[in-house]
Amino acid sequence: MSRARRLKLRVFRVAVFLVLGAFFLIPIGAMFEFSTRGDTVTSPRTLDAWKAIITVPDLVQAITASLQLAVITSVAMLLLLLPTMVWVRLRLPGLKRIIEFICLLPLTVPAIALVVGMVPLYRWIKINVSDSILMLALAYLILVLPYTYRTLDAGLASIDLKTLTEAARSLGAGWGTVMMRVIVPNISTAILNACLLSVALVLGEFTFANLLFYENMQVAILYESFVSAGTSIAVAVASLLFAFALLMILSFIGRPRDRVARAEEA
Amino acid sequence: MTSAGITVVGTAARPGRGGRRLPLTWLGVVPFFAYVGVFLLLPTLFLVAGSFAARDGSLTLSNFTSINQPFLVQAFMNTAVVSLVSALVGGIAGALLAYAVVTGNPRGILRRSVTSASGVLAQFGGVTLAFAFLATLGPATGLVTVFLLDHRIDIFPSGVWLYELSGLTLLYCYFQIPLMVIVFLPALDGIRPQWREATESLGGNTWHYWRYVAGPLLAPSFLGCTLLLFANAFSAYATAQALISQGSKIVPLAISNLLTSETGRAQPGLAKALALAMIVIVALVTVLYAVLQRRSSQWLR
Repeated sequence: MSRARRLKLRVFRVAVFLVLGAFFLIPIGAMFEFSTRGDTVTSPRTLDAWKAIITVPDLVQAITASLQLAVITSVAMLLLLLPTMVWVRLRLPGLKRIIEFICLLPLTVPAIALVVGMVPLYRWIKINVSDSILMLALAYLILVLPYTYRTLDAGLASIDLKTLTEAARSLGAGWGTVMMRVIVPNISTAILNACLLSVALVLGEFTFANLLFYENMQVAILYESFVSAGTSIAVAVASLLFAFALLMILSFIGRPRDRVARAEEA
Repeated sequence: MTSAGITVVGTAARPGRGGRRLPLTWLGVVPFFAYVGVFLLLPTLFLVAGSFAARDGSLTLSNFTSINQPFLVQAFMNTAVVSLVSALVGGIAGALLAYAVVTGNPRGILRRSVTSASGVLAQFGGVTLAFAFLATLGPATGLVTVFLLDHRIDIFPSGVWLYELSGLTLLYCYFQIPLMVIVFLPALDGIRPQWREATESLGGNTWHYWRYVAGPLLAPSFLGCTLLLFANAFSAYATAQALISQGSKIVPLAISNLLTSETGRAQPGLAKALALAMIVIVALVTVLYAVLQRRSSQWLR
């Protein structure tokens, strides 16, 4: 590479990183700044808006509900998806394509369109089953299917499922033991990834909750902004940091297996 | 059990294990299909059936013909323009960022942090994103607005564009650029330095390389990724709801208003027709993306 070209490339890279770095970092910084503002321009920095979070019952309730939804969705996802995927791989390999297609389907159906069809379903659920916000987990399970399917599928593909299962079965293990003590420990990274993805997705979800008339965290943040901009932005920053932390953990624990897979391909 | 069909024919008449096995095997996938049937298939059926039903339940096409109202046609146009512009801007900026990343150290900290951050920011939409930009560019209170006003620059000389379509487009770029980085990086990784060297040894310069070698190779992938960005923006709802909150400027907002209107003007049939139209558009664009992606992967692997 000639010196002139190397210099040009360097200038190009620095320019791109500076401009886009500013575009992405300034809004997040501005949110922090806004949430620590005092009442007037000259008043000192204050954490009042942050402290106010726990004094708004609606907000606390919605945050609790969202956290519960995140846990329920993750557990339900594992209970539904993992046994099905294992079973299909072992006993009904012909169905794998169909399951994959179904799981990836929600990616191509906009959430705002899917929720229109869910309105009658949820009207029925509210009347006949329960009007608890936790019922939303049933719909969220659909939303997380594409992401969790891919993660779990990659995990299952990386182990010799058939041999492991047959070995355990021939030693007298029941299906429960095979799942809990053989398969789960072997794909623990994939399971953790799938759970983190589900949690991040559920905590950020707005469309379903808003249009099915439930007040989850994101909806409550929007309502709170009509009352106090500072507090609502403080919650938004907090939820963002939480999701950020979750996904950062994910991107780092996801690495080692990636590298192994890539090394095998090469 | 892989040859289940044949086994059944052979053992169906005989009582015992062989005959019982097949139903038991299928029992394993019943929960999954039951759940998906109720929460994915059933809503879709509701959607399709409802879009062809009049208020009294009779079969009609009126929901689709009533899409042809000025404000809805305008909403479709607006959505298309916002999606197109944010896809193009996001696509180009994202491709530049991806190229800047790819020309660096592949194991370096820069690449790691850009890809990790992209993964996070591509999912970053909705209420939080709207608030972030209100805190940045909000009229009279935003950090950047105030800073620029102190330096006598008014970014809203002819009205506040932040709550208009141009503001929405700017916000969408915030998740479009990271998405482009994620989906376009693999294509850029497929470019080999040897191709550049070959171009140079044949007497070509940088322009020749991009015009005749790298450009044509990357074009299908770039186009496909931009289509994906278009579909992504077309489906987005939460950000617009939090930023604009009133009116039916884009289709998702129109659907939400038709669905939740409390003044007796709710039109669920029309909302379902709009939703179906959206699904068709997004599905078409996604299929096109898949086709282009397959085409470009012939060379770049």
